[in-house]
Formats: sequence, structure tokens, C-alpha cells
Amino acid sequence: MTSSWLVALLSTAYLGLLFAIARFGDARADAGKSIISANVYALSLAVYCTSWTFFGSVGRATSGGLSFLTIYIGPTLMILCVSVIVKMVRISKRQRITSIADFIASRYGKSQFLAGLVTVIAVIGVVPYIALQLKAISASLDVLFQQAVEASEPWWLDSTFAIAAVLAVFTILFGTRHLDATERHEGMVAAVAFDSVVKLAAFVAVGLFVTYGLFGGMSDIFQRAAATPELTRLLGLDHGRPETWTSLVLVSGLAILFLPRQFQIMVVENVDEGHLRRAVWLFPLYLLLINIFVLPLAIGGLLHFAGRPVNPDTFVLTLPLAQGAEGLAVFAFIGGLSAATGMVIVETIALSTMVCNDLVMPWLLRLQSFPLSERQDLSGILLGIRRGAIALILLLGYAYFRAAGEAYALVGIGLISFAAVAQFAPAMFGGMYWKAGTRAGAIGGLLGGFAVWLYTLLLPSFAKSGWIGSAFVEEGLFGWPWLKAQALFGLSGLDEISHCLFWSLFANIGLYVAVSLLSRPGVVEASQAERFVDILRYDHPAAEARLWRGRASVEGLVGLLERFLGPARARQQLAAYAASRKVSDWRRIAADAQFVHFAETQLAGAIGSASARVMVSSAVEEEPLGLEEVLDILDEASQVRAYSRELERKSGELEAATAELRSANERLLELDRLKDDFVSTVTHELRTPLTSILALSEMLHDDPEIELSDRMRFLGIIVAEGERLTRLINQILDLAKLESKQAEWTSGEVDIAEVVRESAGSLGRLFQDRRVALSTELPDGGPLVVLADRDRLMQVMINLLSNAVKFVPPGDGRVRVAMTKEAEDVRVEVADNGPGLGAGEAEVVFEKFRQGGDTLTGKPQGTGLGLPISRRIVEHFGGRLWVESRPGQGATFIFTVPLPRQKT
Amino acid sequence: MFKRSSPNRQRLAALALLGAPLLSYPLLALPEGQMNGIPDVFLYLFGVWGGLIGLAAWVAEHRGK
Amino acid sequence: MTYKILIADDEPNIVISLEFLMKKEGFQVAVANDGEDALDKVGSFAPDLLLLDVMMPKKSGFEVCEALRADPSLAGLRIIMLTAKGRQTEVAKGLAIGADAYITKPFSTKELVAKVRSMLESV
Repeated sequence: MTSSWLVALLSTAYLGLLFAIARFGDARADAGKSIISANVYALSLAVYCTSWTFFGSVGRATSGGLSFLTIYIGPTLMILCVSVIVKMVRISKRQRITSIADFIASRYGKSQFLAGLVTVIAVIGVVPYIALQLKAISASLDVLFQQAVEASEPWWLDSTFAIAAVLAVFTILFGTRHLDATERHEGMVAAVAFDSVVKLAAFVAVGLFVTYGLFGGMSDIFQRAAATPELTRLLGLDHGRPETWTSLVLVSGLAILFLPRQFQIMVVENVDEGHLRRAVWLFPLYLLLINIFVLPLAIGGLLHFAGRPVNPDTFVLTLPLAQGAEGLAVFAFIGGLSAATGMVIVETIALSTMVCNDLVMPWLLRLQSFPLSERQDLSGILLGIRRGAIALILLLGYAYFRAAGEAYALVGIGLISFAAVAQFAPAMFGGMYWKAGTRAGAIGGLLGGFAVWLYTLLLPSFAKSGWIGSAFVEEGLFGWPWLKAQALFGLSGLDEISHCLFWSLFANIGLYVAVSLLSRPGVVEASQAERFVDILRYDHPAAEARLWRGRASVEGLVGLLERFLGPARARQQLAAYAASRKVSDWRRIAADAQFVHFAETQLAGAIGSASARVMVSSAVEEEPLGLEEVLDILDEASQVRAYSRELERKSGELEAATAELRSANERLLELDRLKDDFVSTVTHELRTPLTSILALSEMLHDDPEIELSDRMRFLGIIVAEGERLTRLINQILDLAKLESKQAEWTSGEVDIAEVVRESAGSLGRLFQDRRVALSTELPDGGPLVVLADRDRLMQVMINLLSNAVKFVPPGDGRVRVAMTKEAEDVRVEVADNGPGLGAGEAEVVFEKFRQGGDTLTGKPQGTGLGLPISRRIVEHFGGRLWVESRPGQGATFIFTVPLPRQKT
Repeated sequence: MFKRSSPNRQRLAALALLGAPLLSYPLLALPEGQMNGIPDVFLYLFGVWGGLIGLAAWVAEHRGK
Repeated sequence: MTYKILIADDEPNIVISLEFLMKKEGFQVAVANDGEDALDKVGSFAPDLLLLDVMMPKKSGFEVCEALRADPSLAGLRIIMLTAKGRQTEVAKGLAIGADAYITKPFSTKELVAKVRSMLESV
């Protein structure tokens, strides 16, 4: 049996757990180790799902079928527009915005009136919503105990009050730890995220229990509904009302941005813009999960309690109870409690900040008796005001709950609240994207929209509750039919939300735009407009500083800060500022425009931008700047930024292009130098034999008296040099062909052993003449076939052999040719016992016209092109040619030719 | 971090522009009938919704890196 | 008086032709095959004129020329540089470091002889 003390104990334990989580979160935040991760942030956004979702969705589904989904589809679509949210977050961080009222007021010239107006609208629109949460808690207690202890006295009235009181204490403890409202309440956010997990788990548990325990699954429920005539309409959508669907999607999409608690969680409490990346899908996923079982529960309840007067809003509790699953019912109660507490806490913090900063403070500042000029710490008073506001708001909620009871004005308040905060949309969107929006326009729009909302939605709900006469709804104000509250100007046939939304936004947007266009913005308005709209482009402290001119004293401003922030916190902020300006002691900070700006932003965090403006201007002597001047400065700032960015980009490009050109030029010069060297070398090589030929033939020609022996000797030289010249020209051409890859190759199977033997044979005479011993070591067995050009291979062999014979000492020279078959190639070695090559020469000999072996014995015969050509040929076959040598120990030229791939 | 003019944000906004017509009239009037007893419109709504969430998760978590 | 001419070149066939040409003209001729040899022979043979090839092993013609011009006792020595590299920069370089004339290969024997004579007789 569920007993009251057990429930009381569990509720207390649950709230105690929330306390613990919030404490932990705050402790971690103080220690600089934030527990707010992307997931926590996304879950905390689900404060959107209040007890109105937890209990009310099922109720709505019993009458409207799937239309309740609009309330969750709207936010899904809206949160996908991340850039809007990012912009709100950026603006709020830069301007130290504390609430949605502060946001709007700050944008339109830090207007105290506007801040107050938004606060009033928010309080009127949202306090009944808080009452709805209290009612949900009391109603669920009612359900739990009506069936448990048959309680006759209305004891729960007091328990609701107790819960309201506990929530007030909780909110005060965690919502007003710091005066600075932009200071995040990380403990509270963590607790709210935990709430979200609990309510989802509880709701899904009940959903599974009913769908799969009580019934045979979703199909079963839906099929049974299809078989029941009065339930079939719940299975489809009401196609007759497409505009209702659309306007509910719209209004809930706006609510996710502009409900004070959503603004608080999404914008003010945002730790890191990057967290939005998770929220953008995790939050919609949460909404989807918590809604899957709503329709099955609604139909299940209707089927189960058919004919019995059970309130559909309590199906989440009554269905488990009816099955005797009391544990589950208590869990569901805790889920509902968590949904209500999360909403109440955040909403109350948000509203109390607004009430304190935007209603009470301006009023206090205007009081003659307020000790403005005295040096007194006001931070305590401020905290007191905020705490008082929290208690007051919850008290108001409780009073509304007691007064309204079961009245329609409470039941329908969810959407009525949504429609109220939708009035902020024109001023907010216009403020972020339209520079021409003015304070007068915003006030006009808000007043118009709010009045229409009041007349077409809130007052009719009062009338329905019987609190006021309903004549203005049925016959129109003063009996004028075109003033019928829910068929304004004869527009009938719409549901009340669509009707209100249409007319209120019509009036709101119309007035906002028209008045904005007809009015001229003030200086502060214009500069704030620039800052807000261009926030993504605009961050220029220098311009920020130039936007203020006047005389200030450090003492005066520090005094202000100490009074409103408290001395300790003020000093801390001042020290941080001094450090950022690279001043060692904040007492030596210059009282320049930047410092005034800093002081004003700090104050704005504590008392809102509008009051901060008033306070700062009272403490310094300001020279007013003209509107044109302000706009010029801001324009210039963003233009200069744009220009400098452009310049930076251009000069970066230029630099890169220059570097590229320089390196290309260097490459070209290097190539040119190489070509020049080559040409010069070729010229030299060609002229040398020509010189002998020309000189000798000239002498023979001029002097017929030359002796015959000389004559024969000279002719011999001429012939030899002519041959040398021919060889040289051939090889140069050959090399040019090889290098330009225009050489003709005939590729075929060549027995390399045979090539070696043949080339040795063809040079046999030369070896004999020089008395050089030639030995060949060829592997036994069949032919060694490689894929190559036979003639070219022969050219390489002959080249290596004639090189060798050139360098060995005549008489006892020895040249050894060895061939081995390796795993993948054939290796041919030509070893001699010549002078060998120095370490530096091993590569040089493969360069063009670089012959080795400069000795006193004279220039070796050759063109200096044989080895480069040979290397190119071998490389063409896929092999390598290199030399291994040490001076005095002979040289071994080695080349490899790959064997053809075995086809196995 | 979402950066200025981040293509991711535009992709997500495009998803919103895709979702808006898919999740409102006149397209909502199209699914009729039922599958395994579950109304088509129920499956359609949750299917499109879930699909959008899946795409958003993919865009936000993977494309942003 | 018989002039003494030193031929410094590493191309044996060019040496043969130059040697024959100069001897036929009645000069006393010595031959050096590389740069160091050339310097030694200048000391031992004491030529009046040096036909100096640029591209030689061990020491290039430029180096030889520089070394000779650094010795004031050899101020009377005429140096004609021979080169197969016809680039203007090399001609300029040779003249800058103290060569008296510069002849590119291949050359006309008559012109060479005329040049040698005019240089020896202009002293």
C-alpha cells in the first residue's frame, strides 16, 4: 500500500538528491571543473517538457489525437536553425545579457521602460504556467492518495504549499549564489538535466507497462481503437484544421527560444557554443522519445476506463494504479514531480532576475531616498531583492493555483503562455537581423501584440472560468460584433490559438515595422543595433572605446562596482581587467573609455543593461556623441576590419605567388646553367679534335716540303681525330635520344650470356693488342633469357670492356667478366686491375664528359659519354649500373638486368 | 565550435527547411490507412521526425570535424 | 736570337701539331702536359712565350697564368691562352688575370704564327 509518509519520504529524498547534485555541480564549477558537458546541456534544454507534457500530453491526445505532437515538432525545427541560437548566445555573452527582457532592452538602447514591459508580459504570461505545475503536483498527490488512504480532508493543499516553499528555498539557494546573473548556475543546470532523465525514464516506463503489459503492444492498442467508433478519430489527424497544426508548430517553435526558462537555459547558461552541436539533435531525440507512448497511453486509458469518470490528465498515474503497480505509480509521480520542479526552478530564477533588474531596480534608482550617493555595499540588498522576487513569484503561482482550481484558465494556460512569449518574436528577430528596428517600434509592437493577446486569449479564458462576464466574447466589446474577442473583425472559424496568434502577431509586426520606420533611433539604440546585428562580424575593442567620450574617475566607477557587486567580487573582476590591460595594480588603471565600457558591462551582469547605463552615466561626465558620429565609428570599424582582412588575404596570396615564382625562376636558372655548361662542354669536346685536324691539314696544305714520315704521321692523326669526332657526334646524338626518350628500342628475349660471350669475342683483338688477359665466368646451364634490346645490351658490354681495357696497365692487365643469376635479376660484373677510382669518383664517372683516371700517362681515349649512355640503357631495362672500387685496387663495374616474371 | 558562416549551420538550417513542409499540411493529409494496425500517419510523423534527427546528428557530429 | 716557346696542353695531337709548327718557324720548343708541369718548365726552360691551354689536368690554365703573373721576375714572359671553350666570359677572364692574348681552338696556323711573332718582336 502506498502510504502518505512513504510518498513524502520519497519526494523529500528526491528533492534531497537534486540538492546534492546541484551542490556537487556548484562545487565543481567553483573548482573550475565544470560538469556541464554537451550532453548535460542538451538534457537541460528538456526543461521544456514540464508536467504539462508529462501529464497533459496524454490528456490532449485523448481529445486531439496526434495534434499534441506540434508542441514538439516546432522546437525540433527551430533548434535546427542553429545560427539564430548561436547569434543570441554570442550577443548575450558579449553584452552580458541576463534575461530575455535584458536582451530586448539592451538592443533597443538599454531602455528601462522596454525591460519593464517585457518583464510584465513575461510575468503575466508565465506565472499561471507555474501555477499549472503546482496543480499538477497536487493533482498527482490527489490521485495517489484518493485510492490509497481515502483521505477526506484536503490535506494536500498544504502539501502543495510545502512543495512550493521547498522549491522556493531550493531556487534561492542555487539561483542566487552570485549576484552576477550572467554567472552560470551550473549546479542548477545539472539538477535540471537530472530531472530530465528521471521524467523520461518514468514516462517511458509507464508507456511500456501500459502498451506491452496492459495491452498486447502498439498494434493491439491501435486496432482496438479502430474497432471503437468514438476512438477512431484519434488515429488520424483532423485534416479540417491545417492552420491549427501550422500555428501550433509556429508558436511552440517560438516558445523554445523565448520562454524565459528556455532563454535562461539555452542562452544564459550556455557554457560553450560547441555544446549546441549535441543539443541540435539530442534535444529533439528526447522530445521524440518522450512522445512515442503518449497516444498509446491516451487510447489505452480511454479503453481501460471506458465509461468511468477518470481525468485523462492523470492516466499516467491511474493506469498503473488500476493494475496494482503501485511502485510504478510512485515512480510516475516522481517523474511528474521532477518535470514540475525543473520547470519551476528555472522559470522562477529567470523571472526573478527580470523582476529584480528590470522592475525593482529602476524603481529603486529613481527613489529620492535611495542611498545612491553614499558609499554602501548594495550587493546584499540586490541579492535580497532577487530572493524576495523568487518567493513572491512562487507565492503568486500558488495563489493563482488556489484561486483557479479546476478552472479552464489553468488547464489551457500552456498554450496561452506560449502565445504570450511569441509576442517577443518580432522585437527579438528584428533586433538581431534588422538594424532599422527602433525602441519606439519595439514598444509599439509589444504593447499591441500583448493587448491583442490579452483580449483574445487570456481574458476569454477568464471568462470561460466564469471569473468575468463573457459578453465581450459572445457579443463583442460595447456590443460591437466586430470586437468579439475570438472572432475579431469577423475572423471566425479558427481555433482560439490560431486566431490570437494571427491577430496578435499581425498587430505586433505591423506596429513594430511601421513605428520603427517612422521613428528615428537614439544614439545608444543605433550603436546597439550595429553591435547586435553585426555580432558575428563585429568585435573591435578600439571602436568600443571610441564610442564613449567624457571624463571618468577610477574611484567613482570602482565605487559603483564595489557597491553593486560586493567589494570582494569587484576587486576580483578589476584585477582580471588590469591583468588583461597589462597593468600590475588595478588602482593604476586609466579611467579611459575602455574602462568605462568594462565597468558598464560588469554592472549590466548584475543589474541589467538598462540600470547599468543609468548608473554609469550618473558616475561619469559624458559628452554625448552625435548619431552620425556613432554610426560612422561603427561603420568604419567593420569596414576597416573587412579591408584589413581583405588586404591580409591578398598579401598572403601575393607572398605565396612570389615564393612560387622565385622557386620556379631558380629552377629555370639552374636548368639554364646546366644546359649552358653542357653546350660549353660539348663545344669544347668537339673543338679539341677539330683543332688537331685543322692545324695539321693546314700545315700539310701550306708546306709541300714536309717529310713523308711526318706527312704519314699527320694524316694518321687526322684520320684518328676524325673518327673521334664522328664517335663523339654519334654518342651525343645517342644520349640526346635516350634523354628525350625518343630512342628506338627493339625489345625481345635475349640470352644475356651469349651477349657477354659475343662482346668479349668482338673485343678479343683489342685485348690481345694490349696484352690484357680477359677471363669470363658464366654460369652453367641453359641460356639466361632477359627481356631487352640485344644491340643496346651489347653496347653496354662493349663499353664496359673497352673502358676496362683502357685503364688497366698494358702488359699485365687483367679483366674478369662474371655473371650470376640471382632471385630476380641477372648480375654482370666487369672487374679490372687498373688504378681504381677514389671515393668521390664513383658517381662522377657516370656524369657526362667526366672521365676518370687523369694521369700523367695522358688523357684516356674516350668521349666521356660511354658510361652515362650505358647507365641510361641499363635503367631503361629496369636494372642498375654502378661501380665498386678503391684506389689502387681496380674497379668493378656491375649492372643488373631483371629476369622476366615467372609465369607460374 | 560553430564558426562564422559554418557550412554545418547552413546544412542544419536546410534540414529545418526540409522538415517544415514534410511535417505540415498538405503533405500530412497524404498518409492514410495503417500498417500492422498502426496508423500510417503515426508512422509517417515519427519516421520523418526521427529521420530529421538522424540527419541532424550526422551533420552535427561528423561533418563538423 | 732564337726565341724559346713552351707549349702546355694535355691533348697529345694538338701538342704534336703546335710543336711541329713552332719548330718549323725556328723557335726553340718545350712541351708540358699539365698545369704543374707547365709551371716547372717555365722555371727550368725559361721560355719567352707560353702557349697555355685552359683545360688541363692538375692545374688549369687560369691557375697557371695567375701563378706566373704573381712572380715579378717573369714580367717579360708572354702568355697566349688557348681554349676550346669560346665563351666571352672566359676570354675576359683570361685577359683579366694577365694573359697577353687569347686564341680560341680551332685556330688558323698562319694567324697563330703571326700572333706569336708580333708578340715576341714587340718587346
